[in-house]
Amino acid sequence: MRQHDRRVVVTGLGTVNPLGLDVESSWAAARAGVSGVDRITAFDPSNTATKIAAEVGDFDPLEYLEHKEARRLDRYTQFFVAATSQALDDAGLDYRGDDRAAAGVGAVVGAGLGGMHSFIEGLDTLRERGAARVNPLTITKLIPNMAAGYASIAFNLQGPTNCTVTACAASANAIGDAAEMIRRGIVDVMVAGGSEAVIVEFAVAAFNSSKALSTRNDEPTRASRPFDAGRDGFVMGEGAATLILEEREHAVARRARIYAEVSGYGMSSDAYHVTLPRPGGAGQARAMEMALKDAGLQGSDIDYINAHGTSTAANDRTETSAIKIALGEQAAAGVAISSTKSMTGHLLGGAGALEAMMSVLAIRDGIAPPTINHDDPDPECDLDYVPNVERSMTIRHAMSNSFGFGGHNVALIFSAPGDRPH
Amino acid sequence: MERAEIEAKFTQLLVSELGLDEAKINPEARFEEDLEVDSLGVVELLMALEDEFDVTIPDEEAENLATVRQAVELVVAKLAG
Repeated sequence: MRQHDRRVVVTGLGTVNPLGLDVESSWAAARAGVSGVDRITAFDPSNTATKIAAEVGDFDPLEYLEHKEARRLDRYTQFFVAATSQALDDAGLDYRGDDRAAAGVGAVVGAGLGGMHSFIEGLDTLRERGAARVNPLTITKLIPNMAAGYASIAFNLQGPTNCTVTACAASANAIGDAAEMIRRGIVDVMVAGGSEAVIVEFAVAAFNSSKALSTRNDEPTRASRPFDAGRDGFVMGEGAATLILEEREHAVARRARIYAEVSGYGMSSDAYHVTLPRPGGAGQARAMEMALKDAGLQGSDIDYINAHGTSTAANDRTETSAIKIALGEQAAAGVAISSTKSMTGHLLGGAGALEAMMSVLAIRDGIAPPTINHDDPDPECDLDYVPNVERSMTIRHAMSNSFGFGGHNVALIFSAPGDRPH
Repeated sequence: MERAEIEAKFTQLLVSELGLDEAKINPEARFEEDLEVDSLGVVELLMALEDEFDVTIPDEEAENLATVRQAVELVVAKLAG
C-alpha cells in the first residue's frame, strides 16, 4: 500500500447532463430513475439506424458566457464552462483577479472526441463553399484540450492544465491524474472533469457502423438497459461534470465542505482489441485491484460500485466477471452495483466525471441510485445491480469504473470523509 | 448600394458575426483597441464582408484596416470598382 501524506478530497461539484442542468436536479432525477433518453433533435435522424440519444435539453450557454465568447466555443467546451462555474461556486473558490493564488490551481479535463459539431460544420463549409471560407475558429473549437484550455482562461487557473483523451475512460483519468498532482504536492487545488457533445449525424452513423449503439428507437426510455438480457448497445449521451479536488488540510483550513475523499486510482490496459474488452475481465480487474491497493482497502470494503455498465453485450458481461476477480466472489455478491448510464446515456469522455459525481453523492446521501430498465436479468450478469429502485444504505467506499476504446481501464475509489485507513 | 446601407449592414455584421455591442460601434472605432476584435476576429469579419457584399478582399489590403470607417471605405471602393 502506498502511503500518502497529502490526501485529496472533493469540495465542489457541477454538471450539465441529460438529467439536469445542475447537480441537485440531476441527482434527484437519478435517484428517481428518470431516463434522459428521447428521439434525437440535434439533427434529423431519418438516415441513421439509431434515432435516439440522451441530449442536454434547454442548455443556454449565455447563462455562463458572453455571446462573444460562446460563439467561439464548441458545445462541449460550453458544457464544461457551465459545470466548472457551478463547481467552483459550490466549493466557494474564485481565482479571478487573484494571480498569486491562481498559480497554485490547475485543471485536467477529459474529452473523447472534442468539438465534433465544429469539425462537421467546418467540413461542410469546405465541401460546399471551398477552402477560403473555412472559419478561422474551427481549429480552436474542435481540439479536445479546449475545455481544459478555456476553463483556465475563464476561471484564471494558472497552474498545470492537461487533457486526457482515453475515449470513454477520459474523465476518470482526468480525476485520477488531477488527484495525483495534488498528492505529489505540485498544487493544492485542481479542477477535474470531462465533457462531450458529439450527438451529430456523423458520429451516430460511425458508432452504428461499429454496432455499438442501441437501435431500440420505438422505446427511447427503455433503450439503455445495462446488465439486462434484452440490451442491444449503448445510448449516446452528452454533457459535462466537474469535481473540485483539494488537498485535505487546505480544505480543512478554509472550513470547506468535504463531500468525500479520492482514495484510490487504478489503471490498466487490456492490450487486446480496439473496441472489445479482453474476455474474462482480467484487464478491467487489474485496474480495480490497483485502485483498492492504492486506497489500502480490501474488496469487501467496497459498498457501492458505479459500473461502466454501457448496455453493450460485451461490456456488461466482462465487467461482471472483472468485479468478481477484483473483489473476490463473496464480496462481489454482496456489493451494490448500478449503472447510471441506464438514465444518462453514455457521455463517452464525460462519463467518468459524471459517474464520479454520482458516486460522491451516493456516499453523501447513503443512497445507491438504481439501474433502470433491469427487467430480465442476463444469466451471465448475476450480481446485485440495484434494479429499478434506489436503495438506502451506508456507503463508506464507492468505486467508479470507466473503460475506453483502445482497452483503457480506469477505476476510482471515493471514501466517506474520515473513513479511509491510514 | 448606398453608403448608408453599407454602413448599416456592416454594423449588423459586427453584431451578428462578432457579437459586438452595437452601442460601441461608430466610424472611428478601432477594431483592436476599441472593439476588442482580435486577429481571428478580423479574419472572421473579412470573410463575412466578402460573403455579404460579394467582394474579394486580398490579404494585403486587409492588413491595413484599423477602423470601422476604413473597412466601410474599402467595401464602397470594391463595389464601385
